[in-house]
Amino acid sequence: MIEISVKQQRGKFLLDVSLNLGRGITAFFGPSGAGKSSLLNLIAGLEQPDSGRIRIGSESLFDSKAKINLAVHKRRIGYVFQDALLLPHLSVRNNLRYGFRQGGMEFSSIVEFLGLSALLERRPETLSGGERQRVSIGRALLSAPRLMLMDEPLASLDMERKREIFPYIEQLQDRFGIPVILVSHAAEEVARLANHVVMIRDGKVTAEGYPQSVLSLPENHVSRFDRLSILTATHEAYDAKYDLTTLAHPAGNISLAGHLKPTGAPARIVVRATDVTLALSPPKDISARTMLKGTVASCELGAGPIAIIHVKLLGGEELAVALTRKARDQLGLDDGDAVWCLLKSVSIDERWMASS
Amino acid sequence: MTLSPEEWTTIFLSLRVALLATLMCLPVGLGLAWLLARKEFWGKSALNSIIHLPLVLPPVVTGYLLLIAFGKRGVIGAFLESSFGLVFAFRWTGAALAAALMALPLMVRAIRLSMEAIDQRLEGAAATLGASPFRVFTTVTLPLAAPGILVGTILTFVKALGEFGATITFVSNIPNETQTLSLAIYSLLQTPDGDAAAWRLIVLSIMLALAALLASEIISKRLGQRVAGFR
Repeated sequence: MIEISVKQQRGKFLLDVSLNLGRGITAFFGPSGAGKSSLLNLIAGLEQPDSGRIRIGSESLFDSKAKINLAVHKRRIGYVFQDALLLPHLSVRNNLRYGFRQGGMEFSSIVEFLGLSALLERRPETLSGGERQRVSIGRALLSAPRLMLMDEPLASLDMERKREIFPYIEQLQDRFGIPVILVSHAAEEVARLANHVVMIRDGKVTAEGYPQSVLSLPENHVSRFDRLSILTATHEAYDAKYDLTTLAHPAGNISLAGHLKPTGAPARIVVRATDVTLALSPPKDISARTMLKGTVASCELGAGPIAIIHVKLLGGEELAVALTRKARDQLGLDDGDAVWCLLKSVSIDERWMASS
Repeated sequence: MTLSPEEWTTIFLSLRVALLATLMCLPVGLGLAWLLARKEFWGKSALNSIIHLPLVLPPVVTGYLLLIAFGKRGVIGAFLESSFGLVFAFRWTGAALAAALMALPLMVRAIRLSMEAIDQRLEGAAATLGASPFRVFTTVTLPLAAPGILVGTILTFVKALGEFGATITFVSNIPNETQTLSLAIYSLLQTPDGDAAAWRLIVLSIMLALAALLASEIISKRLGQRVAGFR
């Protein structure tokens, strides 16, 4: 649907990317300075590539051979910036109205969707970070975009505010049918939101695919705290007395703090490698409520003190576990050994839940 | 103190010249400031130098060059008279032209600085919302540069009120046509026993200048409230 094939040289930095993106939420993931934001600017038309082409559907936005370079204001691409960039001299209402296009969404329905009715007469500088981002999303939506670009929309927000914005981004695709390209360097954000991940390093695409596969590749991580796995599970039960939700997974039940309402669709759970403990037999007197059974598939050893064990869970999904090399040697872990993976239930609280 | 009809004439003429000069200067200044603040092109620093020339040249030189270009036999002057019937030499409109040219660097400088202080990504954001370059200019750049535009306008008006050297060289010192306040004061100081009359005009020009500054203060306060939290 979206075809990008561009080259741009800026000093010594070469951005050289070829991509074909479909519908849904795509994440450009990678370290800062890798060229992710530049790529968004090229798509929006705020920067020009030296050569290549950019198409949405059958329309060329840029084509160096055919000498096409559609002006920014004619591209109909919504852009949500990290710092929102609301127009400071206009009220929230006039910011929302600024890009209003006929034939798009109705003003009142967007205001209701994003919960903005109480903010309409306010000035941008009086809004909180989360409110600004909501206005920014609404402003872009009202311009009837055919594609939405989001450049680190959550980076300047704290966890509470992030939780406030997540559902809106998810619904852009589900409710409005607008494809989204999201730039992020936070693995957990990507795991939660995206259904397609493009890993970008030094101006090149180094990996591409489902979040599960891209995010679990060792070369795609900056530190062991980045290492995470994505599991899919179905809703089983809710215990109101303890406020715990139980999810069913082929390798065992997963216990989760808080009330997760069943949606009918399988739930996506993000587990950090550092939040998992391994045991060779099912321990009895232990506080962890979640034990997943599997076998050791492989082991990554680096020069440092940490080893990453890949466990193949019953049902086929993989879970990455971070251990010290010493612990691995003392347990005598080898490929093919049966293991139990212990997850503290609090470490997978519902904020990291996403329906897939 | 009551003013004589001659003094009223001088004041009105000065105000008229300053007002016309400001009106001529504003669109040109806006355009040039935008060009210098937003565009890269060949000869940009040369253009910037030329705009600033009136600030550094002796005003008599500027006035003389104007006379050569816009005089009845000047290239531009002859063309304007034959095509549009427009005459600047020795007319009050010429006084306004001289004042406008002298004030242009001040106007361009003030507006350019305020435009350069605007976060250009705001203009980019407006463009992604479907705003054409012209709409971005009128709805984002202009309002956000308003404080600088106001300063530039006030500076131009005040400069035009007091312009002397280029004016007297270009359009001479003709009572009721080109004799503005400063030219009138100069004439009175050249006549024996003119000191008392000159003093009246000196007090008047001080009052005019103060009034202009006061007005700008009030407007910028209003503007400040409207655009509070700019940066």
